[in-house]
Amino acid sequence: MILSPNRSHFGGSCDTARTNMLASLRSRLERLETPGETHVLNRVPLGHAAADAALRGGLATGAMHEVFAQGRQSGAATGLVVGFAGRLSPRRPLVWVRQDFCEIESGALSMSGLSELGFDPRLMVSVRAFNVDTALRSTADALACDAVGTVVLEVWGEARQFDLVASRKLTLAAQASGVSCLVLRVAAEPQPSTAETRWIVQAARSPPARSLGPEMSWCAWGAPVFDAQLVRNRHGPVGQWIMEWKCDERLFSEPAPYPQPVAAAPVHRSHQAATRALQRRVG
Amino acid sequence: MDDKAILNGIACNADSQLPLPSWERAGKRGNHEHHPCGLPLSLTLPTHKGGGNEDGDPSIVVAKQNNALQVYALDDAAARLGLEIGQPLANARAICPHIKVFDADPAADLRTLNDIADWCDRFTPLVALDAPHGLFLDITGCAHLFGGETMLMQTICAALTRQGFIVSAGIAGTSICARTIRNHAHGSIVVSGEEAEAVRRLPLFALGADDAIIRGLRRAGLKTIGDVASRERHEITARFGARFTTLLEQALGQGDAPISPRKPLPDYIVEKRFPEPVSTEDVISAALSALAKMLVAAMDRLGKGARSLEASFFRTDGVVSAISVDTGLPVTKAAIIDRLFRERLDALRDPLDPGFGFDLIRLSASRTEIVVQQQRDLDTHVHDNDELAALIDRIAARIGGRRVVVHLPQDTHIPERAVLAASAQHHLNAATQAAWPKRVASEPPLRPLRLFEKPEPIKVPFATVPDGPPHHFTWRRATHVVVRVEGPERVAMEWWKQDGAALTRDYFRVEDEAGLRFWIYRDGLYGSELRDEKSEPVPANWFVHGLFA
Repeated sequence: MILSPNRSHFGGSCDTARTNMLASLRSRLERLETPGETHVLNRVPLGHAAADAALRGGLATGAMHEVFAQGRQSGAATGLVVGFAGRLSPRRPLVWVRQDFCEIESGALSMSGLSELGFDPRLMVSVRAFNVDTALRSTADALACDAVGTVVLEVWGEARQFDLVASRKLTLAAQASGVSCLVLRVAAEPQPSTAETRWIVQAARSPPARSLGPEMSWCAWGAPVFDAQLVRNRHGPVGQWIMEWKCDERLFSEPAPYPQPVAAAPVHRSHQAATRALQRRVG
Repeated sequence: MDDKAILNGIACNADSQLPLPSWERAGKRGNHEHHPCGLPLSLTLPTHKGGGNEDGDPSIVVAKQNNALQVYALDDAAARLGLEIGQPLANARAICPHIKVFDADPAADLRTLNDIADWCDRFTPLVALDAPHGLFLDITGCAHLFGGETMLMQTICAALTRQGFIVSAGIAGTSICARTIRNHAHGSIVVSGEEAEAVRRLPLFALGADDAIIRGLRRAGLKTIGDVASRERHEITARFGARFTTLLEQALGQGDAPISPRKPLPDYIVEKRFPEPVSTEDVISAALSALAKMLVAAMDRLGKGARSLEASFFRTDGVVSAISVDTGLPVTKAAIIDRLFRERLDALRDPLDPGFGFDLIRLSASRTEIVVQQQRDLDTHVHDNDELAALIDRIAARIGGRRVVVHLPQDTHIPERAVLAASAQHHLNAATQAAWPKRVASEPPLRPLRLFEKPEPIKVPFATVPDGPPHHFTWRRATHVVVRVEGPERVAMEWWKQDGAALTRDYFRVEDEAGLRFWIYRDGLYGSELRDEKSEPVPANWFVHGLFA
């Protein structure tokens, strides 16, 4: 802007420019000051009534969701992530970024297994990164491309590089493009992050044969059943549910009723509170 | 030049940054450039190390030839003592007992020659090796850019001499003629059409033919190339073979031996030369952007787009580094080229070292394709595939094309071979149109979600029945008690492709008491396949091949 005292010749255009700039600066400030809050999240229902209620209608698109699991639960965790991806963007390409090490530790993603879960393998693009830094960078790139539906980042074990800054970058990229980001962390402990939701998953037992009657018992087992614990939810309560993935309808659902012990989850406390309480007791 | 090899010094001299082999023989081979329409040029690039011989002791390089160590190259001091190439090492030691002896290293020589050839790329894209010590440069249409043939030859020779090499060069219309005149003297230029005249007076050795042939011709009283050329061809062929006649005719300019350049000629080349070497990142990337714009403008005139690009950075000290980038779709935008190279440069493990600066940056499109111009649709998702391809290019530029893959179904029952991971840049369209087998409706998943590339062995103490599933098994030091089983699903190996060594597998889907679902198999059939030489049954091996969700 020209700061000359004699602006009478072009004062009009200067004022307009100044107003425009002020308006754009104000809107930028607004965006900076209310990160994510003004951002309207589209939600996709999972199909599981209780989980959808806790999530206020379903899983948010254009956001980051984390799925944690123990080392031996990698199959279940992958299943949950594929289910989420299938719900979030059933017809858009899926970019799956993973470290080389994941393949050795928990096996490569099998395309026939994907199609058995009702996901179309033609939409799949795999990126094999040699380390976490490359994986993070490729994920951020993929998130910036709005032709992609969902980006999955799979990191095995603890990753120092995946800190608050890195997760903030991914969240911002996801918000800007509307591409959903799923982070699959096998054999890792939850760390502070900017994720919209965080899940801890393990495989649940198949329903006992006798609960379904004799004619159903032979095919009752084998469907993916997850014991999913929602430990962080930015916009609602947390909870724990048994979720079954229906491969034909491509939906999560409640499993057939049968007795299975499920630990009661604190409804309105995030898991960090519990961890901190534990640390306090220990310390 | 004299035909005697001159060699000296060790290591590399102070001003040389080219990795020099420890010894080079000087004055041997020629290097030459030629031109169909006229002015051929032959450069001989014998090399030799300056400097290294501090104490003045004569030095030689020996190599094993005809089962004996012979002198392969020697330096000035050794030459003054009367040593010659081809002399046995024992004779050389007898003449000069305190001589220094080194082993020949042909691999290092070849590396040096390749480095010199890299450097020569700045003069012409067509550089061919003429092993062991020569290079051919096709300077057709290039010489005027460097002030004419004489100037070009002087420039090249001066630069190489500064690096410590002994150079001799010649220019002629055909490669063999250029090499012949270079073998005789440094710096001659033969105008096209006068080849026969130029080589007629030269002695026979300049042809570079076999020693036995040269001796035979001499014994017959033929001393110069002109002498031989004046004989009837069939006489020469009958005595010395057709190959020699061909060589002779090529030297006389009556035929041409094509050179085989090291790299294919790129479709488009743009380059920028700097009067002052540049070394800062900003200048380099700005230069690359400008080059990308020039390249796109040049390709645009013919409606082409680049599929494969290469940027070469020529350092002032002669080192050349090249970076190449492939794309899935033809690129027609300078910004995309710029971005791909930035990704690639960022990801270099060994960052581009400018040293004392680059004096030439070149961008070439080695593969181009005609671009079909399409009208943009207003629907935003129509061009998703292009955007996805662009994303794949960007990631591939950083981490390598083989690491970004799509999956293609294969026609086989063997689980680990049912999917082929193919480079996404080249097979994106094939992958989006692939036909995958449909899943069986209302069945639970029949194939695991995660598949181990190499099935992992598990310990199975016993099975309830020999053909049945295990009761419990140990995998990765944890014991799993099997609660539910489905199977077996029998997968026979492809006997028509293999030698019958692979065993039939019986797959079971099992669930343990914690709800983990595995895909395990027994390798081999009881009773038929699992028997030793005395047809006694042997225990089966069990493996876990995958994990279900």
